[in-house]
Amino acid sequence: MNSYYEASARERLRLLLDPGTFHEFLPPSERVASPHLLQLDTPAAFDDGIIVGKGLLDGRAVLAAAQEGGFMGGAVGEVHGAKLVGLLERARDERPAAVLLLVESGGVRLHEANAGLIGVSEIMRAVLALRSAGVPVIVLDGGQFGCFGGMGIVARLCDAIVMSEEGRLGLSGPEVIETTCGVEEFDSRDRALVWRTVGGKHRYLLGEADALVADDAAAFRQAAIDLLDTKPDLSLEALTAEHERLGGRLERFGACRDALDIWSALGIAAPEKLPLLEADAFRAAVAGKRA
Amino acid sequence: MDAKTLLAKLFPAGSDVAFDGLFFHGTGESASGKVAIIGSVDAAPIGVELAFRMAADVLEIVREHPARPILLLVDTQGQRLSRRDELLGINGYMAHLAKCLQLARNRGHKIIGLVYSEAVSGGFLASSLLSDHCYALPESQVRVMNLPAMSRITKIPLERLEELSQSSPVFAPGVANYLKMGAIQALWEGDLAQRLAEALDAPTESDSRRQWGEQRDGRRLARAVSERVRHAEP
Repeated sequence: MNSYYEASARERLRLLLDPGTFHEFLPPSERVASPHLLQLDTPAAFDDGIIVGKGLLDGRAVLAAAQEGGFMGGAVGEVHGAKLVGLLERARDERPAAVLLLVESGGVRLHEANAGLIGVSEIMRAVLALRSAGVPVIVLDGGQFGCFGGMGIVARLCDAIVMSEEGRLGLSGPEVIETTCGVEEFDSRDRALVWRTVGGKHRYLLGEADALVADDAAAFRQAAIDLLDTKPDLSLEALTAEHERLGGRLERFGACRDALDIWSALGIAAPEKLPLLEADAFRAAVAGKRA
Repeated sequence: MDAKTLLAKLFPAGSDVAFDGLFFHGTGESASGKVAIIGSVDAAPIGVELAFRMAADVLEIVREHPARPILLLVDTQGQRLSRRDELLGINGYMAHLAKCLQLARNRGHKIIGLVYSEAVSGGFLASSLLSDHCYALPESQVRVMNLPAMSRITKIPLERLEELSQSSPVFAPGVANYLKMGAIQALWEGDLAQRLAEALDAPTESDSRRQWGEQRDGRRLARAVSERVRHAEP
């Protein structure tokens, strides 16, 4: 078993796609790095923390991008964002079976905050344009830094999300909320609290993650294969249905203070035991109970 | 400028707008016909309820008023920071709003954003930055984070950030920086009703912000890098 969590972005792509099929666009040999980091005397990377390219998944053509949490937490700067936008636009031209986004990002890179924020906005628009053109975008979230900030919004714009228990998904990270609002609002060192608030199991129970898999690259690969035939649907009917689901969530869980309250309200017996379960046992325990 | 003054200047022929807490919505009469209005006041933090409320309005406009232009007048200090918002999946509510606006776009609604007071970080991402044409008043404030907080997090001395921000638009707060980088199409001065009429009549193209950022020498790489990826061999 290969841990997805422990793997680098390059290793994840290698493990996810059919062996030997990945071809990178603008590889590090092209030396496209952030000029803004250099100006701030901060080390840059020749891929700016994201790898983009093409390959095969189960024999079908896909485009794929992987953010490298090891470089600035996978944060989005000008070059990083532009590489992803370029890939999404390429997908509109090439019409692959899907685009895979291996997310791992704290959001906007503060060293180039304005460029990063605009870049995230361009990614959002490009994802929506691509889905409108009928090409599905599938998100894989199981890295060490989770998926936060603007990338958390991007992930929820896509067709499907695959998470592991270790994956995290949100907007403002726990540390940001603690720093701004105080430890009583969100204790970022309380790992159990963090995981049940933004972790994969909660996201799966809310219906935000479509698949919850073990921390195993092969499991992520199989889940992505299973989602390849997803058809993007941004119709009025689909968005009205999503609107009703999100409204129902506010009504049903809006007064809940903790994920345990939500899980309890979903009718799960012994919700406090869920964090201890392995992926298979967890899925079995919550079958038919997801929001 | 407060929202009511702004509405009077944008719609001298009249507007019918209802205020409800931090949110407002309604219709304005422009030289080019009726415009749907969705907005917020008092530097609203955008949390799950507000994002949901704005999405409801967008869906209603799509259902009831085909192709009517939508004007976003969102004053926001950013996303609401709370554990409850994260628990409920605030990013998904913002994404839902973005999808609803995309639906409107796909059905021929022109989406115009006007930053009239504050636009910050996630709140900006979930509102004005989703428009086809994003404008701003010159006195408005746009930022991700102020420089002292940025200095604390990046560990780069504040003096260094202040010095560099004189020559680089890339990280410091300021509407002029966002104009230079292409996120703001133009600043609106003078007759705001006239500016709105011009914007309503302007052709809407695909996302041009990278081109503007390059032309204005604010983002020199974004367009070129995205094009290289798009057209790389094979």
